[in-house]
Amino acid sequence: MKNKDLQKFYFMKKLIIRFCCTALIIGISLVMITPFLWMLSASMKTSADVLKLPIKWIPDYFYPDNYISVWNIGGKAKVDYHFGVAYLNSLKIAFINLFGSVLTSTLAGYAFAKIKFRGSNVIFLLYLAAMMIPTQVTLIPRFTLFNSLGMMGGHLPLILPGLVTITGTFLMRQYFMQIPNELKEASFIDGANEFQIWARIMVPVAKPGMASLAMLVFLWNWNNYLDALVFLSDWRQYTIPVALTNFVEESLTEYNLVMAASASALIPVFAVFLAGQRFFVKGLVAGAVKG
Amino acid sequence: MYLKLKLSRQLKTDITGYTFILPNILGMIIFTLFPLLFSLFISFTDWDFTKGLGNWNFNFGANYIEMWKDGWFTSSLFNTILYSLMVVPISIFLALVLAVILESYCFAKVPMKLAMFMPYISNIVAVAIVWVMMYSPWGPFTLMIKALGWETPPAWLGDYNWALIAVTIMSIWSSIGYNILIYSSAIQGLPQDVYEAADVDGASEITKFFKITIPSLSPTTFFLVITTLINSFQVFAPIQIMTRGGPGTSTSVLVYYIYTTGFTFFRMGYASAIAWVLFLLLLIVTLIQWRGQKKWVSYE
Repeated sequence: MKNKDLQKFYFMKKLIIRFCCTALIIGISLVMITPFLWMLSASMKTSADVLKLPIKWIPDYFYPDNYISVWNIGGKAKVDYHFGVAYLNSLKIAFINLFGSVLTSTLAGYAFAKIKFRGSNVIFLLYLAAMMIPTQVTLIPRFTLFNSLGMMGGHLPLILPGLVTITGTFLMRQYFMQIPNELKEASFIDGANEFQIWARIMVPVAKPGMASLAMLVFLWNWNNYLDALVFLSDWRQYTIPVALTNFVEESLTEYNLVMAASASALIPVFAVFLAGQRFFVKGLVAGAVKG
Repeated sequence: MYLKLKLSRQLKTDITGYTFILPNILGMIIFTLFPLLFSLFISFTDWDFTKGLGNWNFNFGANYIEMWKDGWFTSSLFNTILYSLMVVPISIFLALVLAVILESYCFAKVPMKLAMFMPYISNIVAVAIVWVMMYSPWGPFTLMIKALGWETPPAWLGDYNWALIAVTIMSIWSSIGYNILIYSSAIQGLPQDVYEAADVDGASEITKFFKITIPSLSPTTFFLVITTLINSFQVFAPIQIMTRGGPGTSTSVLVYYIYTTGFTFFRMGYASAIAWVLFLLLLIVTLIQWRGQKKWVSYE
């Protein structure tokens, strides 16, 4: 009987601790998303209402005109910010680099993990060392290179270097290392060559790893700011980050428009993230446990 | 006969292997290794981009000497280090505490983890713009500080002494989700028997946190310190959008200074020398990682 009371006491104590901790974490989560909530609410107000205090988190009426002006829907906006063009450019670059780098990483990662060619260890060490090189150090030479090749007007300076990622190669190599060799040896006996094994057996097995890498590459490219700032000079070529900064420089006083533009840049990524959350988290964690 | 067959098989394997890595290695040589060497080369010249390719003179390390008399460079170096020393410990410690609470003492942890992770996946440019407005006199951040009892808060981004701190707060906010995520998955992998033994001994939750959780998470902490440090050394977008290095030189950081020197003033030689200083800093951090892992980290 006494023992049972004690058990009940501990159970209640645990439950109370849990409720308090959950309340605390909910509070912190709310603070963390406050900037987003505020952005959404301000993006649906008139410019006069944004400045009104105290802040009305839920506007009295929803004012969609900000989004219509930012996107220039119907072509009636005072200034055309070409936001749709920037959106398409960002999507184009992100997807080309996503497919390109997942392909090159899967090929090379497989070779480093499963093909015993001479020099593979030395070259892989070189890759490990190259992971330390910050992109800012190579920026000026890349700029010089693309400038002398006459590629500065287009997207090639952002696409070509993005087709190969050293981190991605490393991640895929780690992924293939976990796959047992027996899988490969069995197919060798059946007379398949190395490329057939890669395409028919290894790629299907490595799909979760490839999906994780794909999410990471998409995010890197979508958020790439410094390179885009240096390489792009014309609104037809702008990506979202550059278009956003230009937008702010031209209409900083119209906070509601700026907020609508920022929200337009953020919401689709949240959607993609929520859909592919599982792969994304795996990719990030896999990158972390490299030891 | 047998030897010849074996050799040719190895050769065939070599050819296959190199074919697989060919596109990858070409990309790495053209866009990483060659640029690295080229940037080292021009860092020893006085190259001005407007004079055209090849129009440079060797100045035998004059760039590396000049920078120490350049107030913008020394401020940028100082600010980069100060910024990193603020972001790294605060972001990692908060993440550790939050991850432990989330994993061990919380209901419905998934939506909360997602909420805290949102800033990390957000476009840094959009987020920095939102934070510029958060810091304005009618923004929620300023209002919240006022509500907490500070009647006349500083002008955050416009204040010489507060601008770097304001950028730091935003960076902690945006990086903490990643650190929580990595800590969470590490906590899920911790062996439960140690905690059960501690329960039998009557250890309190606080004791368990300091005596079991922190030591057994040391490899994760070490990894996060290094990656957060490396990312902090490379901070650029928040500075470019929120402050442009100002007021004065109070928020200028190395990458921002490389950018303005190289692409506003086109002093490519000087900018490359500064980039190499950044690279050497990162190299030192990585070497410490390689050596320190054995010394400071306990792998059971």
